[in-house]
Amino acid sequence: MKLKQIIESLQVEMMTESADLEAEITGVYIGDLLSLVMAKAKQGDLWITIQTHLNVIAVVDLLDLGAVLVAEGVDIEEETLAKANSLNIPILRSRLSAYDLAKKLSQLGL
Amino acid sequence: MAELIKIFEYEVIANDFNIAGTASSAIKRNLKQLGISPVIVRRVSIISYEAEINIIIHSNGGNIYLEIYDDKLTLRAYDNGPGIKNLELAMTEGFSTASNAARELGFGAGMGLPNMKKNSDAFKISSTEEGTKIDIDINIE
Repeated sequence: MKLKQIIESLQVEMMTESADLEAEITGVYIGDLLSLVMAKAKQGDLWITIQTHLNVIAVVDLLDLGAVLVAEGVDIEEETLAKANSLNIPILRSRLSAYDLAKKLSQLGL
Repeated sequence: MAELIKIFEYEVIANDFNIAGTASSAIKRNLKQLGISPVIVRRVSIISYEAEINIIIHSNGGNIYLEIYDDKLTLRAYDNGPGIKNLELAMTEGFSTASNAARELGFGAGMGLPNMKKNSDAFKISSTEEGTKIDIDINIE
């Protein structure tokens, strides 16, 4: 599923500028413990989390994850957004909980 | 005898959470450039990330060395102390001595060393007050 379909269907905020909206999202992983995400998330996954500090970007970059979706409307640090922009990593944000986002993504077929 | 092709060295500074992942990203780029397969790159990325985070959170700083051989990769994570008190506990999934500050950032899951071992073909760890040494092989053939 293309990233832009997810953005439109879930009505999430796009927090970064330079993302490829045509990028394919192939799965979803939810987690806030970085070591677990490192061990379990797969290339192309949309990662739902409430972590927003700079190290989130390192994890996405190392695993080639598809995008980050910040749940619960958590504030995102400036440095994180700047780094994401420099690496063309999309960061999305929603006021919904990880659970509600997962339900919607499941309905979309992910 | 494996033939050594190249060595990379990366410095890791203690307590600097913000640049955590810098060494691992450099390692990943270097491996990709060398044409190493994505499956191997992923395993090395997980290992180097955990090694890097461990040095940042728990040590007085250290270095990560990546040695490229014709048939394997060797990753060495050497820090300058203060050492791991109980290695057996440290190797247990879920056990962590990370600070609350580190945990709030999502570190300290107690998965670091187990994740590293799981992705290794050979895993060796030793620790004294002078420092912890981890030597890991990943076969590429």
